[in-house]
This record gives sequence, structure tokens and C-alpha cells, in this order.
Amino acid sequence: MKLLPTISLLGAAVVTALVAPAALADAPGSSLLVRNATVYTMTREASSALAGTDVLVQDGRVTAIGAAVAAPAGTRVIDANGRALTPGIFGGLGHIGLEEIGLEQSTGDYAQRLGQMRPEFDVTLAFNPESMSLVVHRSNGITFSVLAPAAARGGSLVAGLGAPTGLDGSAPAPVRSMFVDLGGDANDLSGGSRAAQFMLLRQALVEARAPNLVMVHDERLLSPSGRQVLLEFLKDNGLFVLQVDRAIDIRNALAFAREEKLNIAIRGGAEAWRVATELAAARVPVILDPLDNLPDSFDKVGATLTNAARLRAAGVTVAISINDTGVDDAGKTRQAAGNAVTHGMPKWDAIAAVTRVPAEIFGVADRFGSIERGRTADLVLWSGDPLDVSSLPELVVTGGRVQTLESRHTALRDRHYERVKAGMAR
Amino acid sequence: MIDLSSTHWPRALLAGLALTLTACSTTATVAPPAARERSVIAPATPTPYPSTYKPAASVPTLIRGATVLIGNGERLDDADVLLSDGKIAAVGRALEAPAGAVVIDGRGKWVTPGLIDVHSHLGVYPSPGVEAHSDGNEATSPSTPNVWAEHSIWPQDPGFEAALEGGITTLHVLPGSANLFGGRSVSVKNIHAVSYQSMKFPDAPHGLKMACGENPKRVYGNRRQLPSTRMGNVAGWRAQWIEAQEYTRDWRQYEARSAAGAKDLRPPKRDLRLETLAGVLRGEILIQHHCYRADEMAIVVDMAREFGYRVSAFHHATEAYKISNLLAENNVCAAVWADWWGFKMESYDAIPENMILVDAAPGGCTVVHSDSSEGIQRLNQEAAKGMAFGKRMGIEIKPEHAIRWLTANAAKAIGLEKRIGTLEDGKMADVVVWNGNPFSVYALTEKIYIDGALRFDRGSPRELPESDFLLGQPAAAGVIR
Repeated sequence: MKLLPTISLLGAAVVTALVAPAALADAPGSSLLVRNATVYTMTREASSALAGTDVLVQDGRVTAIGAAVAAPAGTRVIDANGRALTPGIFGGLGHIGLEEIGLEQSTGDYAQRLGQMRPEFDVTLAFNPESMSLVVHRSNGITFSVLAPAAARGGSLVAGLGAPTGLDGSAPAPVRSMFVDLGGDANDLSGGSRAAQFMLLRQALVEARAPNLVMVHDERLLSPSGRQVLLEFLKDNGLFVLQVDRAIDIRNALAFAREEKLNIAIRGGAEAWRVATELAAARVPVILDPLDNLPDSFDKVGATLTNAARLRAAGVTVAISINDTGVDDAGKTRQAAGNAVTHGMPKWDAIAAVTRVPAEIFGVADRFGSIERGRTADLVLWSGDPLDVSSLPELVVTGGRVQTLESRHTALRDRHYERVKAGMAR
Repeated sequence: MIDLSSTHWPRALLAGLALTLTACSTTATVAPPAARERSVIAPATPTPYPSTYKPAASVPTLIRGATVLIGNGERLDDADVLLSDGKIAAVGRALEAPAGAVVIDGRGKWVTPGLIDVHSHLGVYPSPGVEAHSDGNEATSPSTPNVWAEHSIWPQDPGFEAALEGGITTLHVLPGSANLFGGRSVSVKNIHAVSYQSMKFPDAPHGLKMACGENPKRVYGNRRQLPSTRMGNVAGWRAQWIEAQEYTRDWRQYEARSAAGAKDLRPPKRDLRLETLAGVLRGEILIQHHCYRADEMAIVVDMAREFGYRVSAFHHATEAYKISNLLAENNVCAAVWADWWGFKMESYDAIPENMILVDAAPGGCTVVHSDSSEGIQRLNQEAAKGMAFGKRMGIEIKPEHAIRWLTANAAKAIGLEKRIGTLEDGKMADVVVWNGNPFSVYALTEKIYIDGALRFDRGSPRELPESDFLLGQPAAAGVIR
């Protein structure tokens, strides 16, 4: 059942099944050479893939990228036969490791419902690195995602702090972003009006910046620790990720950020294309869902499949994340990027939007999003076009280790395929 | 904002929520046990709310030199397809263009039957998803076979035209899955109309949406009423089927006496709930059963045997791969996704190879469905994802085979296999011309014909949206959807 594409083991290479868990590259002194790949390094300098290129990984690090790279003795060699090698794919902003079952609240830790604005709510403390979902997504080529707290009814429009994480079971990255929901969907969290959202945010900023402000407790929005955390976050120029779709709301968010000197990214941004010039001028990135083309709310009347293409054409930095945040949704990021290409986004930009760009936005570009010499290896060898739904990974390396392509899903598959073949009815 | 009672229906919520729906249906190729016992069972008119659909005017159209996926498992390369009088007139090599025919250069293009989505809530949960548009679940009683989804359809849902661009020419619109019996589902042609009757597929059987598992027991359990458990679900269904059997018997007795010339007979009182259930027992209405878990599907198969009806399709059926042979033996289709999992406990064992393993059983009937206003726009990609996972496990599915999951098998699941779903002579000319192999993320529809009439042409974009809702909206100015 573990059927693998053609892999030639050359020279003194070690013979190991690709699917063997954590084979090879994780043992000290081991090395892996991917020979003759089409390498999408996705570095800032690059603008096209490198054909016929070898990538050598030693002790978990990329040590050579080029033609005819020599394989040290004992190197496992994989002939890519021209297939695409990309950095690991971004799983988007969501709940991988923060929920196991969407509707089972006991398994879901992505939102606080304390009825208070708690910017100090740090969702990364809920991260479960042993959720089976990490293994499933990783085996499908996703190597990092962003743990994004949600603004839930009973909580606050300031959802709290989140962070990027690798899907190799390592701890979330130390850098934090602050997640905030704006617009009609958050009206329930702002007393019924989107205008009150900016009012509440401004009050929170005032409280954080003036900790000695005399206020009776009931007038305060933030707890003492909330003020402290928010102040530190502002001093560090932390990233506020603002969920907002309507064009005028995006424009207001840009003005608010300018006045308050906030570092922001737009998330969702269904109508961002209508304010593309302003977004480009403000150098504010947009994290969008290219499949979001229906006016499914009155904040999205201008939603279109060409959002990503138009934003890129205007020079806006674009990353891709599916709007849905469930444990399975990360699997659709790559498909969404492919659809963005189908609807006019340059392919290189679409691959960047699911590799380097989100890694840069969330502060983990040193670990994810590009293939560079000296970096911890994070690469995926694809059976075909890296953005096509007809392709799947043949090799996944992240955190410097070759990862298994087996998961709970393949275990279920294998067990029950045997039963189907045996003619068992139930 | 995350909110389970929100007026928006994000994807996972749709399949998971109280406000959700799913449906599963059976196919109509095997006569149900009760089909021969046709009785009148007294609707006031033979076909209330009749279809007023009329094929648009069309000219004979010859598509030349394309790769053609017939829908019956065959593929023809460099082949021609002739549409005439709204029907498939011929498929083959070097066909002659009739006088006045429009000839389309199909070289490099792929031609397939129009895609069919057997699980849609377009119109009943339309965009925009405002509270006033929540028309998909009559969640006031666990048994509402008396309601008809078609009476909730808002034809101005912009989702219809987006689905058309994805190649969808027929869709089956269902009530949600809050109830054990959710109501009648309906097949519609994907054309723009002011009233749903003008979309309604002529002479198509109704479906009856039923739901297993978490949704009914959650919705009614929270109200401290039956069902609050899975055993309560089964008890709830059986009680209704027993009533339907009695209702059928009463009507049959009445008809027999009436036929024997008895005078002064009063017909039994009509009951809209039982009329639908009796229609199922007579084989005229097809069961579309929302059911995730293999063990629950096995119970439903037994229940159908107990009461003498057939399940046409299980919908969602995320564990269908565990009982592929059982489904095939009972001629039940499984309408599935590729990669939805984990949004509720009963979807925890969903795997992307589900469609492959259902297909692997002899006689297996895989259908790829959407349950989503986004997914319906790219059913071809949904199938392609499953095919990729099949290939990874060593099962290569060819395009000419996979297209059946979106066409012929789907038509079978909703009882329309004699009318649509393949490019065989005499069928309705519902045809899609693609710019390449449709099982790719880069594939786009170029021309879409419904009953031989060109309904979508990417080369000549519409100047105005079809949906009234999008007319005159400043924010939508300049949108190319």
C-alpha cells in the first residue's frame, strides 16, 4: 500500500523507504541529496524556478543548491526527475493543534469567552503538538501555520495573541501577533456597531499607553496584565492582524493604524481590491482567501475571484489563507493558491503567497518559506505541479527531518481497503 | 467572529451545525419493493407547483476535434459532439455540421456532460447569508416531511451563476439536516429565473431528506425532546414509517372500495407529512440520507429493508469506505467530499480516499457532492483531489471514469439517469467545454450549454450579473466573478 514514485538510490546511498518515519536526515551526520529537481527557492531575490538543480541536506541543514552537487559517502539520493521542489506550504491562520473536533468544545481552545477584552490571552498555550492533524497536514506538504485565536461570541473583538508554528511537533515560534475582528460579523462584540469597534480599540490603546491613568475599575476595558501585555506588544511594534472585508472598513483601519502608529495586516479583505492603491502605499499586506467570491454578507458585496490578482497587480503584498479555520481547512490553502493563478495571479506570486510571504509577515522567514543554504531544511518534493490538486508530496522534509507520509488517515485507509478487497460488507 | 448561531454559514458549520443540512439519496435503477403498488394517494392536483422550465432557443452546435468524456466511462479523442434540438444528437469522428449549425473548434478542449451537484443548499441558504435568508431547516419538529425545499428557494441567490461557471447544469436542492425527516428535495436546472418553477427539472422525482447522527439529536436533545440520542433517532424514524404504512393501507382500502363501486365513501384525510413518506414507500420519492458513520448507515440499510423502501444515496458518508461492499450490494450511492474532516465527531474518520474506496467495490457508486456554495463551483477539483490520493495508494482513476462521479452517478442518485449525466444520443444537451483536462486546478469552463442553449461563454462575459441582488450595487461595480 505504500506506493512510492520512482526513486533511484544512487552510489553509496542508503536504501530507505521514503515513508519510513523520520528517516535519514535526522540522524547526526546523515545526508540527503535531491537530484535534478525544479527548485522553487522562493527567496526574495529569485523570480523563477531553477531547473535541473540539486539540493543537499546535511545534518538537517541545506548545505548546497546547484548543478551536479557531489553526494558525500552515505548520502541518500532521490532523483526528482525534474519534479518540483518547494519550501513547505503554509497552512493558513487557523486552529491546527488548537482543536481536535470542530463542534466539541472540550477539544477546542481557540477562543476565550470571558466576556472581557483580554489582549493578553495567548492561545499558543493551548497548542497540542501531538494532535493527529499535524501529521495529516504535514504528510500533505504543509509544514507551518499560524495559531490564530478567534473572536467568539461571549469573548471580545480583540481575540488575543497567536503565533506561527511548525507542524513538526516543535514549540510555537516566540513572535506574537494580535488578532482583531472588525466589521459586521463582529458587531455583536462591539455593542451593535462597527463604529464602536474603533472606539473600543482606541480605549484599549489609551489604557495601555497611560498605565497611570486614574480610572475606577468599572470603566476599564483591560486588566492590569492586559495593559502591560498590550503596552509591551506596542513597544515591540507587534503585528495586529485585522479581520475586515468591506472596502471602507479597510480604509478606516488603514487610517486608524496610521494615527495610532500600528503595524497591521489585513485578513479576509474580500473587497481589498477596491482599495488596492492605498494598501500598496501603506505597505500593508493582505492575507486573503482567493475562493471567497460570493457576497455572503453585506461586507462582501464586492467579493471576486480576481481579488488576489488585482492586489498583486497594484503591488500589494498578498498571502493566502482559507477563511474557514477548522482543523481540516489548512489542507485547502494550496488549492486556493492554484485557483488564484487560474484567475490571474502570477504563479510565482501565488507560490510565494503560501510560502515566503506568510513566513515574513509572521516573523518566521528564517525557518520557513524559502530554500536557502545554511537554513534548516524545509522542503517538499511534489508529484507534479506544486499548486495543482492533482499533485501530492513524495517527500516532506521539515525541521531538518524527513517526515513520514503516513498518518491516521493512511492507517484508516489501509485497514479498510483490505476489508473492501476481501469483500466484507460490514 | 466564530459563532455557531451566526447568520453566515461557513463551510464547516454548514455540515456540522444545527442549521445545517445534508442529504443522501438512492438511485432509481432498481424498482423499489413497493413500486408496483402505485396508488393515487390523492394530491389535489396531479403535480402541484409544476415545472414551467422551457429550454431556451438554440441552434444546432457542432463541437469539433475535442477530447470527449462521455460520462459512461468512455473517452474519445479528437472527437465531435453534435447538439441539436436541445438533445445530444451524435458523438463521434468527422460528424457533418447540419445546415445553420454553429461550429466550435474543440481542439485542445475537453468536453463533458454538464456537472450535477446532488447536495446543494443554494437558494435555501443563499448569499447574502442574512438571518432573513435562513430558509433551509424547518427545525421546529424532528419530522417535517411535509415541507418542500423548493418553497424556500430564492432564485436570486448569486451562488447559482457562480456554480454555473463551475460547470454545474443541474443541482439537487435539499432541506437541512436538523430533522430526522427534513422535507422534500428538488432537482433544478441551473438557469436564471424569477420563480423557482422555471428552474424546476421537468418530471424529476422528488427526494426526501433524512438525517442521521449528531444534528437531529443535538437540535432536539437541547430542547429535551426526542431524539436526544442515536437510538432516539432510529425510534423516531420507525414511528413515522409505521404511520406511513397505515396511511398507505387506509388509502389503498379506500381506493379498492371506490373501485368496487362502494357509495358514500369518504376519502381518508390528507396528511402532507404522510403523503411524502407514502411516496417513498411507493418508490416515487428517493431517499437522500445524510449519514456520516458506517455503523449508522448499516442501521439505515436494515431499516429500509424493514419498511420496504430503498435508500438512493447516503450524503457526506464520510465512513462509506468502511462499508463499500454493503453499499454496492444494496445499490446505494455515497455522495462525498474529498477532504472535509474533523469538523464534528462523526466526521473524525473521514479520509480523502473515501471516494476511491467506495468506487473500488464491485458496483460501487461514488458521487462527489458539495454541500457548499464554494465547493459547488469546483466539483471537478474535489474529484481531482480524491484521484490524487488514489494514485498515491496505487489506484489510478482515469478522467473518463472519474467524470461519472460528477455526472452519470450523480444523475442516478437523483433519479435522472435516463435524462442527463452522459453525452449519449437523445439525452438533454447539457454540455461543458473546458479549456483542458477538467481534473486540474487550472481548468476553466469555456462554454456551457443547457438543453443545447449556450448559457455561459467565458469569451463573452455578461455585462450584468444575473442575480437581481447584485444589480446596482456600487461595491460590485467592476467585479468579474
